[in-house]
Amino acid sequence: MTAEAPALAQASGVARRVSRRPRLRFTLLNRRDKVVLTLMVAIPTLIQLVLVWIPTVLSVLLSFVRWNGLAFSDLRPAGIANYEYIFSTYPSFWPALQHNLLWLVFLAVIATPIGLLLAILLDQNIRGSRIYQSIFFSPVMLSLVLIGVIWQLFYSQNNGLLNFLLGTSGTPQAVDWFGNPNLNIWAALIAATWRHAGYVMILYLAGLKGVDPSLREAASLDGANFFQTFFRVVFPVMRPINIVIVVITIIESLRAFDIVYIINGSKNGLELISALVIQFLVGEAQVIGIGSALAVVLLVVSLVPIVIYLSRIFKKEA
Amino acid sequence: MAVLHGQSARTRLKRPHYGTHLFLIAMAILWLIPFVWALFTALRPKADTDKYGYFSFGGAFNLDNFIAAWNQGGFATYFGNSVIITVPTVILTLLLASMMAFAVSRFTWKFNVTLLIMFTAGNLLPPQVLAAPLFEMFKHFNLPYSVSDSGNLLNTYVAVIAVDTAFQIGFCTFVLSNYMKALPQDLTEAAFVDGAGVWRQYWAIIMPLTRPAFAALGTLEVIWIYNDFFWPLLLIQSGNRLPITTAIHNLQGQFLSNYNLLAAGAIITIIPTLIIYIVLQKQFVAGLTLGASKG
Repeated sequence: MTAEAPALAQASGVARRVSRRPRLRFTLLNRRDKVVLTLMVAIPTLIQLVLVWIPTVLSVLLSFVRWNGLAFSDLRPAGIANYEYIFSTYPSFWPALQHNLLWLVFLAVIATPIGLLLAILLDQNIRGSRIYQSIFFSPVMLSLVLIGVIWQLFYSQNNGLLNFLLGTSGTPQAVDWFGNPNLNIWAALIAATWRHAGYVMILYLAGLKGVDPSLREAASLDGANFFQTFFRVVFPVMRPINIVIVVITIIESLRAFDIVYIINGSKNGLELISALVIQFLVGEAQVIGIGSALAVVLLVVSLVPIVIYLSRIFKKEA
Repeated sequence: MAVLHGQSARTRLKRPHYGTHLFLIAMAILWLIPFVWALFTALRPKADTDKYGYFSFGGAFNLDNFIAAWNQGGFATYFGNSVIITVPTVILTLLLASMMAFAVSRFTWKFNVTLLIMFTAGNLLPPQVLAAPLFEMFKHFNLPYSVSDSGNLLNTYVAVIAVDTAFQIGFCTFVLSNYMKALPQDLTEAAFVDGAGVWRQYWAIIMPLTRPAFAALGTLEVIWIYNDFFWPLLLIQSGNRLPITTAIHNLQGQFLSNYNLLAAGAIITIIPTLIIYIVLQKQFVAGLTLGASKG
């Protein structure tokens, strides 16, 4: 849901440069103010600690135990058995990892460029630009669950629009787009693109507005055509936005969950790591250790873009 | 498919605008098809679509499916649950995040940057990483049955509100702290010299100036929390306590044999977001891109 986060974070990074004057020092405050300020920090920090950071550490610890989640006395150390199981025995793990990778590649190669292209076209003071923007942006407001349902109506084997348009509806050739294990990941990716492209578009539109117009004028005076101007001058200047988009795309592909879960419970061709985690936690057979081992894999992979991103954002600060 | 369109539009760009419009209109139509199809299906009675087929114009068009979906689906309850979860979460998140942001952006102390980094990082994690420990923590947090009918924190709104808040604080703190850093330091210094306490500086000076950021963030957070599927799915077991976004999962099964009802249910769920979209689109976009245009 909140893979959108870095956009704002990066965007507002601009503000950082504004005030460089030393701020009020904590030690200068009187006692009452110290107590107030400490509370203002302590309450949110405590909430983060208890509900985000401690659970993250616990996830790692739980991945080394065998536990059914019932009583703490049932906890048994398991060494790396859970990891051995998911890497060598569990049949869904490698397909899920491949699907996550495919998700990333598809968003990066198809969805993101569509968003960029729409932004470039709409940035040229086109008539009705706002109407186009509203249309392309509208899926961004929807939950991915709802997007799954709306596309289910479109993809349905017997009642869906797509098969009517293809002329196969009602015939044996009618494809079950969300049911066919070889095709459903592509069908889901197109639905995800519907949302992702609009989101990328709005970020790039904001980025393009921020590009100094004199840069483009200078480039066109030098005889550069539209594409040279864009790819040699404008695109490199938008580097901060480009980084945000890269991070969003990676994180979005790791977080993909809602849409595959609503389609078929993330089975039969739609396995993703995030959904496998959940399959071990809810339902009758709770195998907390294996679920946690999968969560740790997800954590380790996620830390790569997170660390890169944070080190860029906070480089000047530290 | 769309990529091919893209290629052809690029080559046409040198003769601007006609080709561009053609391409944009084609894309806009593609973009609207899923919505229009859902609405089209929702407006037709099931009897007529069975008779004439879904891909036809025969038969009546009316709002019967919406009324039936509303009554059979229990939307009133689900919308109520969404409000119960969304309103406190957004208020708590903005309040707590603004306090934290104020402390890290207006004062210098030992770990302020470290904490800010940790807050931002927490928000970027996939929620599934935290699912198992949080589920078990809540399950083993015993409460009297008079307070919670599950005997623990599972199946309570409090659990969802707490986790949603914790997850969103990091992001809001980061945005608000950058916004507050940009406010002139003299403002609070002058107040400090005049003897205004920390709380007064926060509540009477900084908070009113942060209003534009609150409007943008508030809109964004309302949409995000309303759209949250995962935490209620994990933490709430009773169907009648689910917020609407998670309840869709159950409604989907319930309406599966009747696509017209499913379509109507989907459209009903869109309506609140659509209203916010129409009224507050500017705020929402500002929230997503806050400050990006200043760069």
